[in-house]
Amino acid sequence: MTNLAVRVENISKKYRIGAKEAKSETFVEAIMKLVKAPMTNFRKLQNLSNFRQEDEDDVIWALKDVTFDVKMGESVAIVGNNGAGKSTLLKILSKITDPTTGSVIIKGKISSLLEVGTGFHPDLTGRENVYLNGTILGMKKTEIDRKFDEIVDFSGVAKFVDTQVKRYSSGMRVRLAFAVAAFLEPDILIIDEVLAVGDLDFQRKCLGKMDDVAKSGRTVLFVSHNMAAVRNLCQRGIMLVNGKVTFTGGIEEVVSVYENNLNSNTIVNPDIFPLKAKGFAIQMNSLSSRIENTSDGADLYIEFELESGENFSILGVNFLIQTTDGQIISKILFKMADLYIKDFNTGKKTFTLVSKNINHFLAAGEYMYSVYINIPRAAKLIYAHQLGRFEIPGYDSYGFGTFFESAKHGIVPIPLKLEEA
Amino acid sequence: MAMPSSEFTDTDTEHHSLITIIKPKKGWQVVDIKELFRYRDLLLFFVYRDIKVLYKQTVLGFAWAIINPVFNMLVFNFIGKMGRLAPGNVPYLPFLYVGLIPWTYFSNSVNMSSQSLITSSQILTKVYFPRLVIPLTPVISKLVDFAISFSVLIVLFIVYSNQITINLNILFLPLLIVLMVIAASGMGLWFSAMAIQYRDIKYAITFLTQILFFLTPIMYPISKFDSFGPVFKFCYSLYPMTGIEEGFRACLLGIGPMPWNLLLIGTASSIFIFVSGAFYFARMEKVFADVA
Repeated sequence: MTNLAVRVENISKKYRIGAKEAKSETFVEAIMKLVKAPMTNFRKLQNLSNFRQEDEDDVIWALKDVTFDVKMGESVAIVGNNGAGKSTLLKILSKITDPTTGSVIIKGKISSLLEVGTGFHPDLTGRENVYLNGTILGMKKTEIDRKFDEIVDFSGVAKFVDTQVKRYSSGMRVRLAFAVAAFLEPDILIIDEVLAVGDLDFQRKCLGKMDDVAKSGRTVLFVSHNMAAVRNLCQRGIMLVNGKVTFTGGIEEVVSVYENNLNSNTIVNPDIFPLKAKGFAIQMNSLSSRIENTSDGADLYIEFELESGENFSILGVNFLIQTTDGQIISKILFKMADLYIKDFNTGKKTFTLVSKNINHFLAAGEYMYSVYINIPRAAKLIYAHQLGRFEIPGYDSYGFGTFFESAKHGIVPIPLKLEEA
Repeated sequence: MAMPSSEFTDTDTEHHSLITIIKPKKGWQVVDIKELFRYRDLLLFFVYRDIKVLYKQTVLGFAWAIINPVFNMLVFNFIGKMGRLAPGNVPYLPFLYVGLIPWTYFSNSVNMSSQSLITSSQILTKVYFPRLVIPLTPVISKLVDFAISFSVLIVLFIVYSNQITINLNILFLPLLIVLMVIAASGMGLWFSAMAIQYRDIKYAITFLTQILFFLTPIMYPISKFDSFGPVFKFCYSLYPMTGIEEGFRACLLGIGPMPWNLLLIGTASSIFIFVSGAFYFARMEKVFADVA
């Protein structure tokens, strides 16, 4: 007889994204818009929570018809790229947000850790924050009284328990916060990527604790990009792509499917295209990136299609890579690297920017890119600004078995070795 | 409501008997009082946090709870006397101060309660607990300031001891305080649930409290409106603070009998605001995390 802990049935979640605003063409129109602004704003705010049938163009489905079961005592990993809907799914399971349609049945006490240290107040002492955070996570005061010594012990900050948390180092804060969470005793535990914090030693301790939880017969739902941790902790996996469950199975299978999927094409949202130039009959029809693993490293390909209604004797292609928080990594202008399109006549053509072994130069992690097309020294044509992202796979830059990752080591693996005089 | 499927067999009744069903909620909802009760410790710690943190790193600390009404009293003493608002039968300073005590509580707690969901949006999007705890916290924690402000009243009683006699009406004070808390909570529930989606509320409240201040009988006794018609008087008594202000003065200063008419209507409207606020809050609750 099957014994289910969680049953997710046809869950969908709709979100409204900011749709492009209509530009006013005339002065009168601009004035009219200004007058109507309160009404439009009101409708916009109201629409954050209401969905009418007609205006579906600025709506995205963060989750679409997600169905799965989790058995009691099972540890299940949820994997997927950024934006696949993992966090939304966890938010629905933890009752933070409602699904748009579908239902979830959960059996047993559920606790979720979407963040460690939720509600920590810097002006309160460690002791006070343990109580505050504990009650936020659903514990009773008496329960915390009972576990208090253990919690403080596990955190390793016993000496500072009566110090204001704002005097703590960020590491200490995380330790204390995780310690509180570690002593929740739910039947079902939901964890989102909390292990991305703290030093290695502490991470190991956390993983150990979570392993204990999983082994003690509790049900664990775990979201992470850390495939090693996922493999270690979970027996089964669910893969999400663009809000849909695309694959479920044993953890090894899921991890390998996920890792292969990473290397496939990431096509920029087709709704944005065509991107038209102002004053010229030329447009970009599509843009996509892909990473191809080779025996040597990984190559980046950025592919775009241009369509023109007139003849251009010369066009320049400019390329920009940024970190996901906007820091510029390289901005390569057409003249620097000879990125010219010559004699482009009416019609369609596809071009590819190629960066060989990009993971030798850049740390593993996610980056965004932009492609700009112009007529050299004359006019800017097309701005595909920060539309696409790609993920660089790990590379053992120094040959000693450690992947150079942007989250831990920075962006550039500079050449380095130690020499003795 | 869909019944849990038969696959959920109960093996361990103590632990696994809790079944949660998550479904899209539509329309009006009822507040889950049982759940709120389960989270009572959370309310306790939120209140504790508010009180602990309120005057941290200030020089004067809890004295601020007194400074505000005392200075208001001194300023309004001038204005009130200029505008001939003072009643004849009682010294004006204690009259003002007794009016300012509930008003300061009411305006501060409604203000803080309205903002509460916005200031806790970080928590709202990360963890689930009954959201009602958030706007109720300031309504409770502000009672500390309220209590402290009574210390000045004692001084005023001593100074004016020959003109003020404490009477038995003072026994009704707890009743007035309960009414005041209900009224403030009700407004807090309405405004906080609106404010998280429509940030206009924040600006509207500053402006609203200003207008309400002049409408509330703080600088003047309600007898100033004696010449107005019954319709006006009824509407005026619907505003809970009208009865509360007059009640406080009857309790503490012994000015006239307890204004039971005002209080009865005020109680009815407070309860209406509170209950409707709770319903509105429960209806909006599901979108808080999405619009925060």
